[in-house]
Amino acid sequence: MKPAPFAYVRAESLAHATALLDTHGDEAKPLAGGQSLGPLLNMRLSSPTLLIDINRIPDLTGPTVHADGTVVVGGLTRHRQLEIDVELGRRVPLAIEAAPYIGHRAIRNRGTLAGSLAHADPAAELPAVVVALDASVTASSVEGERTISAREFFGGYYTTSLRPTELLTRVSFPPAPPRRGCSWLEFAPRLGDYGYVGVAAVVDLDDRNNAMSVEVVFSGVSAVPHRSTITLDLVGSALDTSDLADVASRSSLEIEATGDEAASSGYKRRLMRHLGARALTVARDRARQS
Amino acid sequence: MNEGGDEAPIAITVVVNGTTRQLTASPRLTVADLLREKLGLTGTHLGCEHGVCGACTILIDGESTRSCILYAGQVDGASILTVEGLAAADGTLHPVQEAFRQTFALQCGFCTPGFLMTIVELLGEVADPTDDEIREALSGNLCRCTGYDSIVAAVHDAARSVSR
Repeated sequence: MKPAPFAYVRAESLAHATALLDTHGDEAKPLAGGQSLGPLLNMRLSSPTLLIDINRIPDLTGPTVHADGTVVVGGLTRHRQLEIDVELGRRVPLAIEAAPYIGHRAIRNRGTLAGSLAHADPAAELPAVVVALDASVTASSVEGERTISAREFFGGYYTTSLRPTELLTRVSFPPAPPRRGCSWLEFAPRLGDYGYVGVAAVVDLDDRNNAMSVEVVFSGVSAVPHRSTITLDLVGSALDTSDLADVASRSSLEIEATGDEAASSGYKRRLMRHLGARALTVARDRARQS
Repeated sequence: MNEGGDEAPIAITVVVNGTTRQLTASPRLTVADLLREKLGLTGTHLGCEHGVCGACTILIDGESTRSCILYAGQVDGASILTVEGLAAADGTLHPVQEAFRQTFALQCGFCTPGFLMTIVELLGEVADPTDDEIREALSGNLCRCTGYDSIVAAVHDAARSVSR
């Protein structure tokens, strides 16, 4: 399977890339890791006339920690870097826990944070992570930058609020409260396969071990990451294990999980219930130890 | 560089198995096809051509990469290692290749080059991987013939012989 013809240009700077995108609009596609775009090109599900290789643009990788504790991660940061960066692992443990589930090593060597978010595969891990952590993304174009909340970024299947003339250049994670515990769990039929269901759990405790906030976000069950609203019931509670199981169960009933021939809706609902309960329990225990 | 919609060839310089090559290629030529058709290095195989099976895996600047979803322009200035670059000039097999021979870790051989390159990356980072580490590292390479056990055994063998 070979891609349809395209021209190729290597952008030397962000200004160069956004100028090209401004000129060519949706006839052009940015090429970062290429791990999602490549299959689309080869299967001719996407046939841009111009590929803009953005891998040489400087200053788009790696984490920066600001004085207030905000962690800004460059869009070109590879999944492999997320997996092994110790400092990032301390600051944004949920991203580090989810990263090893992204495809296989060769995919993670090239695939990027911004690419994963912009592609918005319903089964992808990082969209659920950024929604759970209430992160925001920065979109750059010739008109400047705009910041979009992750919770408003994902619109539908493979659809985000990124315009064809924009590049997603960085992701900002708000500072974590002092007593936070996170957990990422995912079930796939084989190591590295697309997950049937993934879940991000984030628990923030006050100093009496009661919940200040609880987030549970699922991947793989709907067009966009599904953020449970049931967790609001846990605010102020001691987070007994049975309460967590109950919230996971009710969260699994909030939506009709999208089933397919591999995993039915009912099967995914059961995965949501079990993984959700486990992830919440682990996140709570980690928060209690902090 | 061409910024229009026609696929005018591009010029690239790439080191392949230690030799510098200067080529022109259509922008949409995948690196797998570039290796196979422009350089006659047919050891890199095409399985799924969408990044899933691992048969096309090569090392680029030391990192395992799916060459089927990589395009010619992306390797300008890079250094590529393919399966043909593993054995010594005198034909002595690389320890991983020798281990595959000893443990019967290949049958049809179609998946083998991809496995070899992934294993070279693994052993470059983890000197003595456990079974779990091996199976996780190789999860992106699919084999239809062997059932994988002989491949895992080969990795242990190669790890031992490399450490000697």
